[in-house]
Amino acid sequence: MSPFSIAALVRKPISLLLFLCMISVPAPQVLAEEIPDNDLLDDAWKTLPSKNYNNKAKALETIARQNPPQALPVMKAMLEGQLYYSKHDKALYFLQETGDNYTFSPVFSGEQISQENRRGFKKVKVNNRLRSTIRQLLAVMQLKHKDADIRLAAVQELLKKPEISASHLIKKAVESETDSRVTTAMQTLLAVIQLEKGDETEQRSAIKTLSQSLNSSAMNALRDYQAPTETLKNAAQSAIKKIDDKRDLYAKAETIFFGLSLGSVLALSAIGLAITFGVMGVINMAHGELMMIGAYTTYVVQLLMPNNIGASILVAIPAAFIVAGLVGIAIERSVIRHLYGRPLETLLATFGVSLVLQQTVRTIFSPLNRSVETPQWMSGAWQINEVLALTWNRLYIILFCLAVFAALIMVMKKTTLGLQVRAVSQNRNMARAMGVRSTWVDALTFGLGSGIAGLAGVALSLLTNVGPNLGQAYIIDSFMVVVFGGVGNLWGTLVAGMSLGVINKLLEPWAGAVLAKILVLIFIILFIQKRPKGLFPQRGRAAED
Amino acid sequence: MLLMKIIRSDKPGTWLLAILLVVSIVVPVLNLLVPENSAFHLSTYTVTLLGKYLTYALLALSADLVWGYLGILTLGHAAFFALGGYAMGMYLMRQIGERGVYGDPVLPDFMVFLNWQELPWFWYGFDQFWFAALMVMVVPGILAYVFGYLTFRSRVTGVYLSIITQAMTYALMLAFFRNEMGFGGNNGLTDFKDILGFDLRADSTRIALFLASAAALAIGYVLSRIIVSSRLGLASVAIRDAESRSRFCGYRVENIKLWVFVFSAIMAGVAGALYVPQVGIINPGEFSPLNSIELLIWVAIGGRGTLYGAIIGAILVNYAKTYFTAAMPEVWLYALGALFILVTLYLPKGIVGLRSMRREKT
Repeated sequence: MSPFSIAALVRKPISLLLFLCMISVPAPQVLAEEIPDNDLLDDAWKTLPSKNYNNKAKALETIARQNPPQALPVMKAMLEGQLYYSKHDKALYFLQETGDNYTFSPVFSGEQISQENRRGFKKVKVNNRLRSTIRQLLAVMQLKHKDADIRLAAVQELLKKPEISASHLIKKAVESETDSRVTTAMQTLLAVIQLEKGDETEQRSAIKTLSQSLNSSAMNALRDYQAPTETLKNAAQSAIKKIDDKRDLYAKAETIFFGLSLGSVLALSAIGLAITFGVMGVINMAHGELMMIGAYTTYVVQLLMPNNIGASILVAIPAAFIVAGLVGIAIERSVIRHLYGRPLETLLATFGVSLVLQQTVRTIFSPLNRSVETPQWMSGAWQINEVLALTWNRLYIILFCLAVFAALIMVMKKTTLGLQVRAVSQNRNMARAMGVRSTWVDALTFGLGSGIAGLAGVALSLLTNVGPNLGQAYIIDSFMVVVFGGVGNLWGTLVAGMSLGVINKLLEPWAGAVLAKILVLIFIILFIQKRPKGLFPQRGRAAED
Repeated sequence: MLLMKIIRSDKPGTWLLAILLVVSIVVPVLNLLVPENSAFHLSTYTVTLLGKYLTYALLALSADLVWGYLGILTLGHAAFFALGGYAMGMYLMRQIGERGVYGDPVLPDFMVFLNWQELPWFWYGFDQFWFAALMVMVVPGILAYVFGYLTFRSRVTGVYLSIITQAMTYALMLAFFRNEMGFGGNNGLTDFKDILGFDLRADSTRIALFLASAAALAIGYVLSRIIVSSRLGLASVAIRDAESRSRFCGYRVENIKLWVFVFSAIMAGVAGALYVPQVGIINPGEFSPLNSIELLIWVAIGGRGTLYGAIIGAILVNYAKTYFTAAMPEVWLYALGALFILVTLYLPKGIVGLRSMRREKT
């Protein structure tokens, strides 16, 4: 035993306990490594082409026990249905299909045969039971694989159908194991086996080990457990409860994570709206379409650099900001400028703008949905434990939202533009009297808000399909977030977005997605009655009316 | 006498009512009496189309009452229209009886399809026309009352009010999309057979529905005109222009707003009820926020705060829509979008305001 694993065992008292029990148990004989016996092995190889599945299973066990170099590839080929035998001498061959060509390469010795059909060869037949046996045997053989992930997968495969025969091997494997994840999984597996077959002391320690685990097989083992005594039964029950509680906790954590990621999207799409709304009192109905423009920019950037999907998102972020920002400034200069002081009319005019933008996109890109490819570094998930896995793209979107938000706060608090924007939003006339060029500030603020809408579009393009109706789907939600958070308050928007996202996801399990959304809408309508200016109303000296 | 005085003082309105009267005499004659091969024959399709425009005009009228005279930019007025439509649709659904695909005497087809055993309680009574007709007005009225009571009392105004009216119609749309609600889900209510015993596909029924729409529009117009000419109407204009001041002068702003809002919702409900038998279907799409916004552009183009402007706008825009969506569908959204922008920028008083604008210039 290596010093490293002793240290690992000492660090975890339970492992030590388990280790001590292991020594006391006599090793079961099946699947123990045997002295190489070539006759037995030859017989086994010859049995494979036969028709009797029981015999085949026994033969495979023999092969696994002897573990010749051909064992692994043969078993894998059997699983994939690519192990054949020639009809005349029953010799085993691997099949390789390349186009119209079938190549049969022999397992042992002989010539490679290449032909246009499978004439002269027959498949080694496998049924479902045999398949699961093969998987188990493969798992046992892979317990010593170099790659820790493969070892882990092997242990998890064994956990699906724990066999007492494997316990000896695992005990040996756990001693030389260096990866802590694999060690834990192996200990769980051993405990499951002991729970079924061991004596009372073993069962007690097994229950103790299993109560630490989150694995569903561990859970099932505890559920099926026939306790010989009352104390053990109680121990098992409390272990089940402990696991249940833990799994519940992680499930809740996952729900909150989903809620936060939904909330980030909401907050991202609402922040831009909050700026234009808060500063200029302008309801921009074309905001959703600016998000759509951001999403289409991402799509176009990917088209321009098809060999570099990973970097394309990074290029798309500034590109989307600039494109959407410019479109926003154009809207402000051509339409909104003429409508200041008439917020309700602005709403209608910008709605007209949104229709025109939608139709333009439909004309240019066709009404069909386009999809943006998720880069490699954003796919997959961060597996925290067996129950909790956080997908990378959601995690990045949360981070992205926070980064955009932080940058925006910096702009608002630390730059001259931010100072002027705040001044205009608090009291337009006074700001103008102090020499702030309010029209210039308006245009830039609108551009800034639109640019952020474009950034939200980049995030959305990674979550859903990009289509002309993308904006419409999000505009009402963004309004709700702004109104809920309080106009002109960026922190309010962030808090409102996140809390609406989490509320939505918390309601979903028992109400269903649609009803959850309806409930949230009703909640906001009622909330506005209580606090007509949102969660965090803007305080200023501007008189109402 | 008061009525005559009011009507006489409203010249464009008098013209409008006169035109409506002429149309409702000419259309049935052209459809029923002129032979089909004559150039003057009006097809039943056109009659139904005109009837549809009239219900839209009634809807626009109700929106103008709220927007033009109360200053509330409602983004959810189509909700009342759709609710009235659903009430009528439920009556028509019950009239199908055993003629449905599944032949169940009581349950509508979609309920049989969903394996429901009995009628949900809120469907009771809809086999009677009087009950359905009552509900056409009561349901939108109650919704408007509850919604208005809550929002006006807490003094939610301006853009906030617009957005939560939009939230209301959006929530209703999502709710009606659910099959569990018992209103036919995605497909809504359709396949109607007859109304009050008359076949819905018959020409005479179509004409009758057209005339009913014209009558409803005329009555709605006169009632609205009476309201806006009364003290209630004057007070609501005062609220529109200076809400706080009106409140300080001692007016009960909430109550005035509430009653005008409820009346307008009832009118929208009636419009929906007349719309459904002519179109032959009602589905949750009618609740979509887009419809509510589109309806505002009818009012804006016609000219808000005039009542007759809303009617003119609704008919003109919908005629244009019918024409464009058939002739060049891809242009329609551009045209509608451009209309929104140009009207708000250059025609703040709408088409009917053109004359007064020219007078101001000279």
